[in-house]
Amino acid sequence: MEQPQINVEYVARLARLELEPEERDLFQGQLDQILSYFERIRQVAVEGVEPTAHTRPVYNVFREDEPTPGFSSEVALKNAPSSADGLFIVPRIVETS
Amino acid sequence: MRNEVTHWTLAETCRHLEAGDCCSVELVEALLAVIAERDPLIHSYIYLNAEEALDAAREADASRAAGKGGRLLGVPIAVKDVLNVRGQPCRCGSRILKGYTAPYDATVIARLRAEGAIFLGRTNMDEFAMGSTTENSAEGPTRNPWNLERVPGGSSGGSAAAVAAGEALAALGSDTGGSVRQPAAFCGCTGLKPTYGLLSRYGLVAYASSLDQVGTLTKDVEDAALLLSVMAGRDPHDSTSLDTPSVHYSAVEGFDLRGLRLGLPKEYFEGGMEWEVERTIQAAIAVCRELGAEIREVSLPHTALAIPTYYLIACAEASTNLARYDGVRYGYRTPDAADVETLHSRTRAEGFGREVKRRIILGTYALSRGYYEEYYGRAQRVRTLIRRDFEEAFRNCDALLTPTTPTAAYPLGERVEDPLRMYLGDVYTVPANLAGLCGLTVPCGFTKELLPVGLQMLGPALGESVLFRVGGAFQKATAWHRQRPPFPVAGSAR
Repeated sequence: MEQPQINVEYVARLARLELEPEERDLFQGQLDQILSYFERIRQVAVEGVEPTAHTRPVYNVFREDEPTPGFSSEVALKNAPSSADGLFIVPRIVETS
Repeated sequence: MRNEVTHWTLAETCRHLEAGDCCSVELVEALLAVIAERDPLIHSYIYLNAEEALDAAREADASRAAGKGGRLLGVPIAVKDVLNVRGQPCRCGSRILKGYTAPYDATVIARLRAEGAIFLGRTNMDEFAMGSTTENSAEGPTRNPWNLERVPGGSSGGSAAAVAAGEALAALGSDTGGSVRQPAAFCGCTGLKPTYGLLSRYGLVAYASSLDQVGTLTKDVEDAALLLSVMAGRDPHDSTSLDTPSVHYSAVEGFDLRGLRLGLPKEYFEGGMEWEVERTIQAAIAVCRELGAEIREVSLPHTALAIPTYYLIACAEASTNLARYDGVRYGYRTPDAADVETLHSRTRAEGFGREVKRRIILGTYALSRGYYEEYYGRAQRVRTLIRRDFEEAFRNCDALLTPTTPTAAYPLGERVEDPLRMYLGDVYTVPANLAGLCGLTVPCGFTKELLPVGLQMLGPALGESVLFRVGGAFQKATAWHRQRPPFPVAGSAR
């Protein structure tokens, strides 16, 4: 096998995923295998071929900017793991003086 | 009634209700009895809405008595755990959506509700629709009603198994790379993946937004046409939904295929398919020829690139779509995280299963600096080549005939930790999503081991009527779709 293509530990951190060492090693092997199979798409000539992001591209879909009913904050907060006073609660993210 | 109802199609059920042969309450009770008997073995459902469904059935019966109508009045439908139904849980087979209750109806659900449909329960799935076996579910696996030691396919495996086992008259699924068609083939159901944009994705939990489409799992093509007719059409809540005139789809007319040109993509028949599948598909092609279709060979030269193209694009889109599961606004949150970054990364570590993590990592990599153009950019360009292959093929034929899967249902556990092997099983289904086509799978026979095989029909964008004509004629000429698994089932549930 060639040298690993993907640094699983680094990419997992970018994706905000904590991995157990055992899981990291498992994924490292599996993703290296998958990526070496995927090499075939790097061998095809694609110069001058435009990319497809969407099979039926639609641009600038406009609608009238009219108010319509949405969720009340009560409904929007109903599924929150933690909320108070109409707000989502998370651990402190800014220092207080 | 309990035994009859396991065989009824949606259309037959509607006729029975209209004729007064049964009422909606009896129907719901009969299905609940079948579920109570069979689902402990199959595990199609992960949530049953029994009390509310019975209340809705009583209301539907009262409406009918008062002379009110609705194309699906009082008809229960099962829904994959990926579509929001107001007031019901929607967990996508994931621990990370534990405790989440949908505050609104997906547009397709709202349209079915407006015609009187009842939402009986939620069916099992691979977590966030990522998988081909329904083993990647926080709720445990679903089993194939034809053989309990085999997978039902995935990711809409719960929906397929429920319909096959007679626990649902019809079910909704979602198809990003074959997640309706592959389980339908494995369980002997009819599975429809409509053209991208024909059905609204509003309220469908996103996996890969440029590929996702709601689909149906039914007992025959007529039911697929019925559900599509009710659900199709432009939705202001989904800017990618197509502004097409409303069409009444039907599979009822037409007994022959005269004048139709059906293409066989030669790359799909060049090895890789199990012999038993090949034999069955060849017999099905012969049926279409006898029905008057002109069968011709076509070429889709970039077929071998479809799997890497699909997985790079789907995982890239998934890695961004699933960024929203961060333990803040809904679902599971890890206890005792001291700072926000730990809250995010530990919630996701504990909330997601392995296949979802693998795909998030693969997708994040494909989008990361230095690799974006080599992976994601290239995949998008190859997607163009795949799309052009189909455009070329549809110049010379009206629809394509292919196998739905290279093998019949395989044993549980066989591929769950061999992801590449599992991905390769999607070779015949992913191209339709990449190219934005429509696809239909119909049962077309069995292997020696009595496992169903599916015949896939692919049509151009908005070519659903052609698929219904081919599938409808095929089902008038054959009886494969009327086969039901015997109960008690083969195999043993451990």
